[in-house]
Amino acid sequence: MEQLLAFFGDAANWQNETGIPNRLLEHILISLLAVLTASLVALPLGFYIGHTGRLQVLGINIANIGRAVPSYAVMVMLLPVMLGLAPVLGYDPRLGLRFLPIFLAMVLLAIPPILVAAYAGLQAVDRDLTESSRGMGLTETQILTRVELPLALPVLVGGFRVALLQVIATATIGAFLAGGGLGRYIIDGIARRDDGMLYGGVVLVAVLAIGTDVTLSWLQRRLTPAGVRMATGSAASPSTGPMRAT
Amino acid sequence: MIEIRWDWIAGHLDDVAEKTWQHLQLLVIPMLAGFAIAFALAVLALRRPGTIGPVTAVTGLLYTIPSLAAFAVLIPITGLSLMTAIIPLTTYTLLILYVNTVAGLRSVPAEVNEAADAMGYTAGSRLWHVQLPLAVPLIMAGVRVAAVTTIGLVTVAAIIGGNRFGGLGQFITEGLQTDFDTKIYLGAIGSVILAFVVDGVLVGVQRLLTPWSRARGREG
Repeated sequence: MEQLLAFFGDAANWQNETGIPNRLLEHILISLLAVLTASLVALPLGFYIGHTGRLQVLGINIANIGRAVPSYAVMVMLLPVMLGLAPVLGYDPRLGLRFLPIFLAMVLLAIPPILVAAYAGLQAVDRDLTESSRGMGLTETQILTRVELPLALPVLVGGFRVALLQVIATATIGAFLAGGGLGRYIIDGIARRDDGMLYGGVVLVAVLAIGTDVTLSWLQRRLTPAGVRMATGSAASPSTGPMRAT
Repeated sequence: MIEIRWDWIAGHLDDVAEKTWQHLQLLVIPMLAGFAIAFALAVLALRRPGTIGPVTAVTGLLYTIPSLAAFAVLIPITGLSLMTAIIPLTTYTLLILYVNTVAGLRSVPAEVNEAADAMGYTAGSRLWHVQLPLAVPLIMAGVRVAAVTTIGLVTVAAIIGGNRFGGLGQFITEGLQTDFDTKIYLGAIGSVILAFVVDGVLVGVQRLLTPWSRARGREG
């Protein structure tokens, strides 16, 4: 506890590249960027599957593979590939060591939860509603944006919640591959037998993850229309689908 | 670009077997401990539904903590003993196992419970002979997710486990440190294969535990 307070009390830990504000910023930026990149793939595909009902098998398979492949394994399998591609594609090999394997693993692992949430959210929308919208003369795009999306929004935010927690955990592991972010304190704390730094890293990472979880679950509740909230209640739902695996 | 030395793997099969065995130990011990805790809490939930909210919140909180942080937190206390890995691996299974067991036990229709009561079942034997068998599909769905998750987490434990623990993940760590791709891929792909095999075994176990669903499948 004393060591932990010493870690947070040390002014040197609040400035420069290795300081807490910069490490936190690195962690948040790479996480948001990974989820954003994953969305570019997952949202269009998920909406297409959910709206048309086509390619469902593909969606389920992507979800299942995402569940079975752990983030650390993905990251390390990408490492030799990214190092090997550096001279071919002409980027800095250090990028292939520190950034690309971590970032690509984060993107790949964020795709399944967002994809599943996008199509499951759309599929959960009452068919009578979409049929009557069609009867009222709405175009397919209008049905998607004005009827299906607003109703699917809480489920979609739930998918982003799982994806964000997944990438925050993966970014932490990335410190082992010389990546930045808050995981550095944990890895360096262990290596230097500095318990204050180790615990400081643990606390910061845990607070970031729990803060993200609390914020997005609040957002999820906010975005649920009052009528839907009353009809379904707030009981915890059993998990039969993909979960985070880091 | 990537060179896999199959001859190296062939010459180290005893090492592969040993690390696979440890991987399985780090799967089974936390799963058993986690299930015992989750099941006890789920039975409590049947008697006192008010406990569901707080228990879900606490297990959810434990589940949210990023894995590297959870493994690191015990190092100053338990050092590099197996407990450093077993305790967080156990807490990670709790949320999934608890939520699914509660949902499974609660999915039993009220009429079924009333019929069992009318037939003279005590609360304990009704739980064991009526509710539990009917809850198996949902419980097993939770067990499968928890098992696959745990196998992945064991590889992460290798980051801090040094040469002491981490199952197949130890190959990854060693491979990274010695710049030996064969070991990296052996550990990574090995743990993925292990996850698929264990999942397949659990599907088989579920079939054995619910013979009636197979019979129904044949008729329909």
